[in-house]
Amino acid sequence: MSQGKSYDWRPGPRAWWDPRGRGLGYWAFVLHRLTGLGLVAYLLLHLWMLRLLARGPEAWDAFIRTAKSPLFLVLDGVLLLGLVYHGINGLRLTWLGYGRIEERPARGVVLVLGLTALLWLAGMGALLLVVR
Amino acid sequence: MGLKREFRVFRYKPGWSRPRYETYILDLPEWATVLEALMRIRRDHAPDLTLRHSCLHGSCGTCGMRVNGREALACLVKVQDLPERITVEPLYNLGVVSDLVVDMPVFYEKFEPVGRPLIRRSEYLPQAVPPEGIPHFTRLESCIECGLCVSACPVVATDEAYLGPAALAAAWRVVEEPRDARVWQALALADSPHGCWRCHLALECSEVCPTGVKPGHAIAALRAYLLTSQAVRTASPMGEAS
Repeated sequence: MSQGKSYDWRPGPRAWWDPRGRGLGYWAFVLHRLTGLGLVAYLLLHLWMLRLLARGPEAWDAFIRTAKSPLFLVLDGVLLLGLVYHGINGLRLTWLGYGRIEERPARGVVLVLGLTALLWLAGMGALLLVVR
Repeated sequence: MGLKREFRVFRYKPGWSRPRYETYILDLPEWATVLEALMRIRRDHAPDLTLRHSCLHGSCGTCGMRVNGREALACLVKVQDLPERITVEPLYNLGVVSDLVVDMPVFYEKFEPVGRPLIRRSEYLPQAVPPEGIPHFTRLESCIECGLCVSACPVVATDEAYLGPAALAAAWRVVEEPRDARVWQALALADSPHGCWRCHLALECSEVCPTGVKPGHAIAALRAYLLTSQAVRTASPMGEAS
């Protein structure tokens, strides 16, 4: 039986955002959560912006012109980075979930980061070509 | 040459509204461990400092705590490997009874439904010759029930009902080597809403485990077993899954 009068010493959600002193797997975990929340926020924003379609073509075209500004392109870059990382790391987690953990799991995280960087650069290149 | 270090030690006693940190400056020999430092603090500065320890060589698992934010057995951490300022805190997620002593029954209770395997039937060493009068060696399970993995797990931090890495690693051992334990029960627990699916595979439990149990790996193995076999569908008290 528990002592019952012990001091509640648990970090709670703070643990989800504090990777200090932890391994690479934990950093990947924290990044996964951050990007996940970011993507949910973006989805809500995206749905909210779609309301402009109901206001006619002029309203939508005006928004698209704004969306092609340098500031929005930077935000698109951040969004793409989060999206690519979350997706590829999600595949890594699915792989691990099938028991495919190697002796040094940190190598998987490094692979995810490398692939994320490559795909992000390719995606940004394509994005810049489209808006040019 | 001695080591001069500043120790910030977590202090809490029943009845206090909140814990506080007390600082002690120590001159230590080069061979000193964090546990040795804490025993010197208790001897020379704070006789009421409470901590658990037993074997002093990493076998008993009783001196688990957080040293500079990372879970470790205090008897295995050399002070000379640490910076000048060292913060010592109790393990997370178990509740603090007094100072560095945590509420271990909270930890043990999670083991009981799993079956708490203690002695292995596998991994005998045929080349090992036992002393006269002893029929054979006994191989104990690797888990020393220190609680480091439960403290390091970010999911236990937010879900009190989560079985946790230690109990799930024990469940996987039951599946791996059933002995007399009920496999269906271990699998049903692992497959429950607060079982292995709650794990987010940060794998910090495997990182801090001092005996190589690698609970995160065991959880992944449990998931793979549950995903790729008919174990859960066929598991029942009337007929054990194979």
